[in-house]
Amino acid sequence: MIEHNVRLGKMMTRSKVLDHLIRDKDNVSIAMTQPMVRFENVTKRYGALTVLDGLNLDIARNEKVSIIGPSGSGKTTVLRMLMTLEQINGGVIWVDGEPLTHMNKHGQLVPASERHLRRVRAKIGMVFQHFNLFPHLTALQNCIEAPVSVLGLSRQEAEARGAELLDMVGLGDKKNHYPIQLSGGQKQRVAIARALAMRPKVMLFDEVTSALDPELVGEVLNVIRTLGTEHDLTMLMVTHQMAFAKEFSDRVCFFHGGKIAEQGTPDQLFGDPQNERTKQFLSAVLEAR
Amino acid sequence: MNIWDWSYVWDAFPYLYRGAIVTVQATLIGFGVALILGLAIALVRQSSNRIVSTATTEVVEFIRSTPLLLQVFFVYYVGPQFGIVISAWGVGIGVLGIHYAAYCSEVYRAGIENVEGGQWEASVALNLSRIRTWRKIILPQAIPPIVPGLGNYFIGMFKDTPILAAIAILEMLQQAKNFGSNNYRYIEAITMAGAFYLVFSLVASAMVHAVSIWLNRRYHLQ
Repeated sequence: MIEHNVRLGKMMTRSKVLDHLIRDKDNVSIAMTQPMVRFENVTKRYGALTVLDGLNLDIARNEKVSIIGPSGSGKTTVLRMLMTLEQINGGVIWVDGEPLTHMNKHGQLVPASERHLRRVRAKIGMVFQHFNLFPHLTALQNCIEAPVSVLGLSRQEAEARGAELLDMVGLGDKKNHYPIQLSGGQKQRVAIARALAMRPKVMLFDEVTSALDPELVGEVLNVIRTLGTEHDLTMLMVTHQMAFAKEFSDRVCFFHGGKIAEQGTPDQLFGDPQNERTKQFLSAVLEAR
Repeated sequence: MNIWDWSYVWDAFPYLYRGAIVTVQATLIGFGVALILGLAIALVRQSSNRIVSTATTEVVEFIRSTPLLLQVFFVYYVGPQFGIVISAWGVGIGVLGIHYAAYCSEVYRAGIENVEGGQWEASVALNLSRIRTWRKIILPQAIPPIVPGLGNYFIGMFKDTPILAAIAILEMLQQAKNFGSNNYRYIEAITMAGAFYLVFSLVASAMVHAVSIWLNRRYHLQ
C-alpha cells in the first residue's frame, strides 16, 4: 500500500511537470503524448458485485473511443465514474495529467474533495441516454445556465455562444422551445449543445441514441460526426450502433464481465476479432439486425 | 323566542370581526413559518450525513405523532418552568407553524423525490454547485406539483386555529362563544363563525388552485 502511494506520488510529480509543459506552446508535442484520460487499476463494486475489476485504459488526446459489450458488462459505469457520478472503490482516474478521483496532499494521493472534483471535472462533458434536459428551461436557457453560473460568463456572452451552438446542431430556430416541444432527436441535440457550452476537453456519450425512434438516430449521429471531425475533442462513447462505431472510432473496446476483453482499431475488432466472447457478441448483434 | 334573530347577528358582528382578524393573521403567519421551516427540514433530511438526516426524521415523526393541543400546552405551560416564557400569541403561531412544518416537510420530500435522478446527474455533469442545483434545477420542478398538497395543510391549519383559544387567544370561535355566553344566545354567533370558516376555506382552496396552475405554467410542467 505504501509502495503504491509512493509510486502514485512519483506519477503525480511527473504529471505536474507535464502540466507545465502543456502551457508551454513550444512543447505541445510532449503534452500530446500524455493520455487525456487514464484509468489506472480502477475497481468498482456495488455491494458484493464487482462491476469493474482493475480497469486499465488510456485514451489519447482527441482520440475517439467506442465502448461496446453486452449489458451488465460495466461499460456505462466507465463513463459514469469518469463523470464522477459514481465513486470508485479502487485505483485512480486521471484527466489531462491530473488525478480526478484523488488529489495530491503532502506527496500522497488522497480521495478528492468536492472542490477538487468540481475543478477537474470541468474538463468533462456528458450526454445521457435519456437526455436529462431541464424541462422548465428553454433550449437556450438549458445551454446558458451552467456557463453563466459556473464559468462566470455574462448573460449576453453565454446567450450568443448558446445560440451559436444550437445553430451548429441545427436547432437555431428552436432555441426558445421547451424540451417538451421537441422530438427525441432534437432533445438529444440540445443536450449535446448544452454539454459543449461548458467547453469540455472530453465528451462522454452514454448510449445517446438508444432512447430514440429509429428515424431520429441519424440526425444525432451526424452531429457527433461533425464534432469529431471539426473540433479538438476527446470522445468516449458507449454505443450499440456498431456501424457508427466502426466508421467513427479510432479504437473500439469490447467489455465483458467488468474487463476489457478485447480492443483494437474498428477494422481489427469488427473484421478479425480474436476473443471468443467478442465473436459471440458481434455475431449476436449482427444477427439481430 | 325566534330560532334565528337577526338583531343578534348585527350585535355579534364586531366580536366575530375581531376574532376573524386574529384567525386569519395566525393562519397566514403560521403557514408562512410552516412553508419556510418545512422546506428547511426537507432539505436537511436530504443531507448525506446520516446522523443529521435521521435525527431530523425522528423529530418530524415525534411532532406528527403527538397532538397539536399538547404541544401548545407544553410550550405555554411547561416552558416557563424552564425559564422559557413566550407570549400566548408567539406560542400559538410558533407551535402551529412548527407542527405544520413537519407535515409540509413530508410534502416537500415527496416533491423532491419525484424529480428524476437524471436532473441531478445532468447538474453534476454541468458542474453546477449544489446550491445552484437546488435553487435553479430541483426546486422549480419539485414545488409546482406539490402546491395542492401544501394547500391542503394551509386549509387544515386554518381549521386548527380554534386550538389557540386554549391558551387564551381570542380567535374567532372563542369570540363567538364569548358572545354567546354574554347574551345567553349561541346560534347566530356560532353559525356565523361556521359560515366564515366555510367561505375562507373555499376562497383559500380557489387561491391554491390558481397558484398551482400559475406555477406549473411558469415552469412549463404540463
